[in-house]
Amino acid sequence: MATNWPLTTDRLLTRLARHNILAAIGVVLVVIFLFAAIFAPWIAPYDPAHIDLPNRLEPPSRAHWCGTDELGRDILSRLIYGSRISMFVGASVVVLSLLLGLIVGSLAGYYGGGVDRFVNIVLMNAFLSFPGILIAIAFVAFRGPGIFNLVLALSLGGWVGYARLVRAQVLATREREYVEAARALGAHDWRVITRHILPNIIQPVIVQAAIGMAGAILAEATMSFLGLGVPPPTASWGSMLNDGRSHLFDSPHLVLFPAVTVMLAVLAFNFIGDALRDVLDPRSRIEAGL
Amino acid sequence: MLRYLLHRLLYTLPVIWLVVSIVFLLIHFVPGDPIQQMLGEGAASADIESARHAYGLDVPLGRQYLNYWKGVLHGDLGPSLRFNQGVSKLIAQRYPYTLQLTLAALLVAILLAIPAGVRSARHRNQWDDRALSVVSLFGLSFPNFALGPVLILLFSIQLGWLPVSGSGSWLHLILPAITMGGALAAILTRMVRTSMLEELGQDYIRTARAKGLPERTVVYRHALRNAMIPIVTVLGLQFGALLAGAIVTETIFSWPGIGRLTVQAIANRDYYLVQGCILAIGLTYVAVNFLTDFVYSIVNPRIRQ
Repeated sequence: MATNWPLTTDRLLTRLARHNILAAIGVVLVVIFLFAAIFAPWIAPYDPAHIDLPNRLEPPSRAHWCGTDELGRDILSRLIYGSRISMFVGASVVVLSLLLGLIVGSLAGYYGGGVDRFVNIVLMNAFLSFPGILIAIAFVAFRGPGIFNLVLALSLGGWVGYARLVRAQVLATREREYVEAARALGAHDWRVITRHILPNIIQPVIVQAAIGMAGAILAEATMSFLGLGVPPPTASWGSMLNDGRSHLFDSPHLVLFPAVTVMLAVLAFNFIGDALRDVLDPRSRIEAGL
Repeated sequence: MLRYLLHRLLYTLPVIWLVVSIVFLLIHFVPGDPIQQMLGEGAASADIESARHAYGLDVPLGRQYLNYWKGVLHGDLGPSLRFNQGVSKLIAQRYPYTLQLTLAALLVAILLAIPAGVRSARHRNQWDDRALSVVSLFGLSFPNFALGPVLILLFSIQLGWLPVSGSGSWLHLILPAITMGGALAAILTRMVRTSMLEELGQDYIRTARAKGLPERTVVYRHALRNAMIPIVTVLGLQFGALLAGAIVTETIFSWPGIGRLTVQAIANRDYYLVQGCILAIGLTYVAVNFLTDFVYSIVNPRIRQ
């Protein structure tokens, strides 16, 4: 890696400071969203499903900070309840696909040979031959909507990324002296993988998980937007956006508030992911030229 | 060169087999009876039986699989329940629209990302580089289903410059293309920046500068050409995300492509049509990846060995 820009200390510091500001914004936003998700019933000013037709399509006011939708439901309350779906589905998808990726990736990377060839060439290629979101769309289209199917669908579309990363990392690590030493001491494979290899490769995986959270939230909102998410009347940001589209002319706030909310949530996790990469995985920062 | 291509083609064949097989299996994922689901709860059992026969679902699974392959190879993907037409015909009608939109989005992304990325790399860590990096992070985080309506609001409703939705003239293409290409532009800007930084640090750039070449020539003729090599690969991989983005974008703008057809088919439980659309998108993705490798081998002769 050759650059003709010497990285002086003060430049490095300003860059970290900049990243820290962004990371701090990210952390604050995530805390707000988590708080909203957990305490939704207590902080939401209205019942998110309460229909109030005389007050439909109200612009933002003191009574309804973000206005009301086409059924007179309070948009702020729906956004607050929607964060439950986003955070829950996002976290579940990341955990499930991470788990799958860790298992499959470390088996393939550690054992190599036929196992690796099957996983790498057949299994991963099969999933890589479709874009992740298309796998999710296909799965829900045929299995039917619902929160369980949604999580499963998005994890099916997302695990390959983790598996590839883990496999590559395990491949690079398994020949290291300390792994050999552990094996020479008579540790069995399970112990070598979980105690010696995984702790040493976990940092880039954490970085990918943080960025993956942003992707999962975006994917959930996309699915809800297409009507393939959690069925109504449950509030979800994507479906709010879709419902609001028909009132783009007369009540644009129906679209604007959910749009900004989704963006902030995705941005927050991207900020955190970027900063985490700087701290945990500085090599990839150099590779990414940041 | 030919050997390399044949080699790549050999790798592509199993992938095609996988794509077709997975798509074939999709209909068997339907909980319960797919025919019952398609025809609705109140369908008479005689109708269900005749539909089952018409769709070829009354033969053993292995036989169905062979029939499906036969159909794919003959370009016959079964009937569409709601449109009363062959699935292949419907897809053939819609496919050019999606292709047109995707290429336009690709063009938007490239036109935005290359100047932005080059500028970022040349002005590394200056204010414009930082501004661009924050803008690209925003672009990455702003979902296309939110960008689309916001663009309509701004350019169609407020300013009245562009049509709200539909197709017909090239004016109709602008907003969907920006919606679809926006996120890719953001990713690409970051890639171009990284890749350019790497190239600008190379010895041949110093030589070119030492020869007294104008900076423009050094940057665009020397550095950018080499910097594009890794970017071609990323473009190929991102094409899949772009195609999936077509599903959302076409829905927002009522663009008559495969994406919108997919959403309509899902809403109608028109399973054969959904299968056909997913197969078309999947195979396009495979083809694009093959093409990417091909282009890559042209711009980077080193990997042919």
